[in-house]
Amino acid sequence: MAMNPMEQFAIKPIVPLQLPASWGGYDVSFTNQSLLMVLVAIAASLFLTLATSKKSLVPSRAQSMAEMSYEFVINMMQSSTGEDGLRFFPFVFTIFIFVLFSNFFGMIPGSFTVTSQIAVTFSLASLVILTVIVTGFIKHGLGFLKLFVPKAPWYLLILLVPIEVISFFTRPISLSVRLFANMLAGHTMLAVFGGFVVLLGGAGGVLTLLSLAPMALIVAIMLLELLVAFLQAYVFAILTCIYLNEALHLHDNH
Amino acid sequence: MEVAAAKMIGAGLACIALVGAGIGIGNVFGSYLSGALRNPGAAASQTTNLLLGFALCEATGLFGLVIALIILFT
Repeated sequence: MAMNPMEQFAIKPIVPLQLPASWGGYDVSFTNQSLLMVLVAIAASLFLTLATSKKSLVPSRAQSMAEMSYEFVINMMQSSTGEDGLRFFPFVFTIFIFVLFSNFFGMIPGSFTVTSQIAVTFSLASLVILTVIVTGFIKHGLGFLKLFVPKAPWYLLILLVPIEVISFFTRPISLSVRLFANMLAGHTMLAVFGGFVVLLGGAGGVLTLLSLAPMALIVAIMLLELLVAFLQAYVFAILTCIYLNEALHLHDNH
Repeated sequence: MEVAAAKMIGAGLACIALVGAGIGIGNVFGSYLSGALRNPGAAASQTTNLLLGFALCEATGLFGLVIALIILFT
């Protein structure tokens, strides 16, 4: 029997909850999505606190993993936002760890990928863009609007300013859709190849032996997806840094 | 019925986005390799840029997938 590869993204309520009609009547059920988000948050905080609780000079394996992730993000921030961008380190580190853990939790067979829901990724992306806008206006006042005016002759500015404005306001969309689509496409692909194994395995005879081929392919794709899971968390974090850097320094850096 | 058929064709056409993604990813790795062979010393320091370029290229192809899904499911 053929399985629906999209079924894994379905949100199922665990504790059904409905707001009363006077509050809008929204569905606020505790779903498998919420459960996984809670698990991700608990796992990330437990890992980081437990791994660094000993603080030994010669780090254990867990401690060096926690320290490596810390240093990884701080090096990335130093190279992309400069020293005064380090105020935002907790923000970027939290986003990086949350996305990384959600992606890796999604790789566990049978679990649910939090970041394959556009509601989650778009919330994260709009949080980033709102931070960028607020930071820019606090740091530069109305001078932040110079971000939309590159150094160019005036006749080019007529064309360039609208382009800059559009590119700024499509950033939350591209940032969220990039993460969402990567996770969605990867997990759909895994489910489709998993369907091949089931179909061929149930066919009997030589075809059953043939089902080893898509099985081997799944292993390879799984490795690729592990790379993508890390890479997308990294890309999300570094784009956050790049946008913050623009808000902090406008055009005058590097 | 024609609308359903047109949706299928449209979703198929949205896969043309993969042409651009393929060209882009090939370009990223090809340029990296030719640069790395000219100056192997600097190659290791550019792997993060390589992966960033790869991820950004791959994402443009996936925007096509999103368009296909929007066409199919709305």
